[in-house]
Amino acid sequence: MANSVLVFAEVKDGKVKKVAFEMLSEGKKIAEKLGGDLSAVIMGQNVESLAEELGHYGADKVYVADSEVLKEYTTDAYCKVLADLIKANEPAIVLFGATILGKDLSPRVAARFEAGLASDCTGIGLSDDGKLIATRPMFAGKAYADLSFSDSKPNVASVRPNALPMSPPDESKKPEVVKADVNVGPDDIRTTVQEISKTASEKADLTEAETIVSGGRGMKGPENFKLLEDLADVLGATVGASRAAVDAGWRPVSDQVGQTGKVVSANLYIACGISGAIQHLAGMSTSKYIVAVNKDPEAPIFQKADYGIVDDLLKVVPVITEEMKKLKAEG
Amino acid sequence: MNVAVCVKQVPDTESVIKIKPDGSDVITDDLKYVMNPYDEYGVEEALQIKEKMGGTVTILCMGPSRVMETIRTALAMGADKAVHLDDPAFEGGDAFATAKTLAEALKGIEYDLILCGKQAVDDDLSQVGQTLAELLGIPSISLIQKLEIADDGKSAIVHNQVEGGMAVMNVSLPAVLTTQKGLNEPRYASLPGIMKAKKKPLETKDLAALGLSSESVGCAGSKIMITKLTPPPERAAGKIIEGEGPQETVPKLVQLLREEAKVI
Repeated sequence: MANSVLVFAEVKDGKVKKVAFEMLSEGKKIAEKLGGDLSAVIMGQNVESLAEELGHYGADKVYVADSEVLKEYTTDAYCKVLADLIKANEPAIVLFGATILGKDLSPRVAARFEAGLASDCTGIGLSDDGKLIATRPMFAGKAYADLSFSDSKPNVASVRPNALPMSPPDESKKPEVVKADVNVGPDDIRTTVQEISKTASEKADLTEAETIVSGGRGMKGPENFKLLEDLADVLGATVGASRAAVDAGWRPVSDQVGQTGKVVSANLYIACGISGAIQHLAGMSTSKYIVAVNKDPEAPIFQKADYGIVDDLLKVVPVITEEMKKLKAEG
Repeated sequence: MNVAVCVKQVPDTESVIKIKPDGSDVITDDLKYVMNPYDEYGVEEALQIKEKMGGTVTILCMGPSRVMETIRTALAMGADKAVHLDDPAFEGGDAFATAKTLAEALKGIEYDLILCGKQAVDDDLSQVGQTLAELLGIPSISLIQKLEIADDGKSAIVHNQVEGGMAVMNVSLPAVLTTQKGLNEPRYASLPGIMKAKKKPLETKDLAALGLSSESVGCAGSKIMITKLTPPPERAAGKIIEGEGPQETVPKLVQLLREEAKVI
C-alpha cells in the first residue's frame, strides 16, 4: 500500500523494544494523515506472541517473520526479509529505532531502495505533499536540522529512543497478524554469528536508558564507581562515564557519554564529578532533568543542570542512595 | 592485504557550532578542522594490518582543498597513498550521495577490506559505511572492537559491539567494517612520517574523472535535504541547592526530584 507506514519493531530478549511503541504512537498520526494503514514487522524465532501488543499501540497489521535464521541478528538476513516485505507492500514510510541494531540495519535497507534515510530523529511528521519530514540533532546535539526527502521511496527514518511521546496502550485493539515470507538462503548471509557474549548487565543501553548516573574525573578512580552502581541499582538506572573516566581506563568505552561516545536522552541524568566539557554537554543535554554534583562551583555542568550540589560527590552520592532507598521503602 | 580507509574532515569536537541567521548552514569561519575521530581508528587498524600482513593502505577523502591537511595526517601516520575526491559538485551531499561517490572511486582501487569510522561527528548520520557496502554488493559489520584476518585474507573474525555485549562474527572479505573507540590506540604522526608524507602518491579525482553525472552526487544526488538548522533549545541554569553538607542538601534534592521534576 503506497500510503502506509511500516515500523520495524525490534525484539530483544523476548520483548519488543519500547521505541517501537513510541514509533507506532507517532506513526499512527502520520498514517491517518496519509490515509493509509499502520503496520509493524517483528523478526526472530518464536516471536509471534509479541504481535498483539503492537496492536495496542496502533498497528493495524503486524507482519511476523519467524525463522531460525532470524534468531540471531545478521545484517544480511534481516535486510533481505525486510526488503522483500517493502517490495511486496510498498510502504510510503519505514521507521526504525535508532538502536545499535537499527542503526546498522536501516542504512542497508534504505540503500537497497536508493531511498533517503534520516538517522536518529527526535521528531517526525508529514509535509503538505505527503512526504516524511524529520528533525534530528547534528554535532551531537550542538545543532538541530529539519529535513525533507527527495522523491525516492520509501522515506526511511531511524528514531531516537525516548524522544517521541508514547500513547497509552489500548488493549481492546487487536492487530491483523500476517506471516511474512522468509526467503533467506545460505548464500544470502555473508556474516555468521560465532558467539554472543554479554558484557553488560540486564540494564538498558545508555542510548535508551530513562535514568543515567554518570561519573567523571572527580570519581578519582575506578573503585569509586561502586557508589554510582549502588545508586543506579536503587534507581533502575544505567551507569555512564565521561571521556576522562574512560580514557583513564576506569570504565569501558561502551559507557562513554558525549560527542565521541553515546548521545543520550534520559529522563533524569545525574552527573557526578563531571566538569562538563563541551563534548560531554552536547551528548547529554537533551535529557529532561539534569542533576550535577561537583566540588567546583565554576564547573560548566552547573550551567546545564536543573539541580546542582556543590560538594564532594564521594560524600553526597551515598546519601542520595540512602534517601532513595528510604523513598522506595515508603513506596 | 590492501586496505582502503574512508576518512572525513570534520570540525574539532571542541568547536562551538554557530548557525547562520537564516538557518541555512553552519558558520564555518572560526572552525578548526580535524580528522573525524572515529576514522582515526580505521587508519590505525589498516596500518596494523599492513605491518602484519603487508599490502597497501589507501586513504579516500572527499572535500574541498582544506581536507588535504587531513589526508596528509593519514599519510604521515603511515598510509601509502591517497585519493582526494574534489569537485564543487560533491558538496552538500547526504550519506547516500557520499557513499555513491566513494563507491565509484573505489572501482579504481584494489582493496580486500574497507574501513570507515562508525559515523562522522559533524552530521552524525552513521550511514556511509553500510550504504557503501550495499552499493558495492559486499557485506558490512558495524562497530568493530577487534579484527583478526584469516591468513588467506579471504575472511575475518570480527568482534563487534551489540546491545549489552559483544558478538563474534565471521565475515567474508572484501567487506566494509566500521570502526570506533576501543579498537586500537591511533598513533600520532612522527616527524619522519610527516616528511615522508609529502612524497607519497596523491591522486585528485573530480566528477569527470569518476565518470559520474552531477545529478547523482552532492546536493543534487541527495535523498535527504536539510531545510533549516536551529541551535538546540537553551537550558536555563537551574538551582544550586544550598545547605550544610549532604545531610541537608540531599533531602532537598530528593524532594525537588519528586515533587517538582516528578522523575522519581
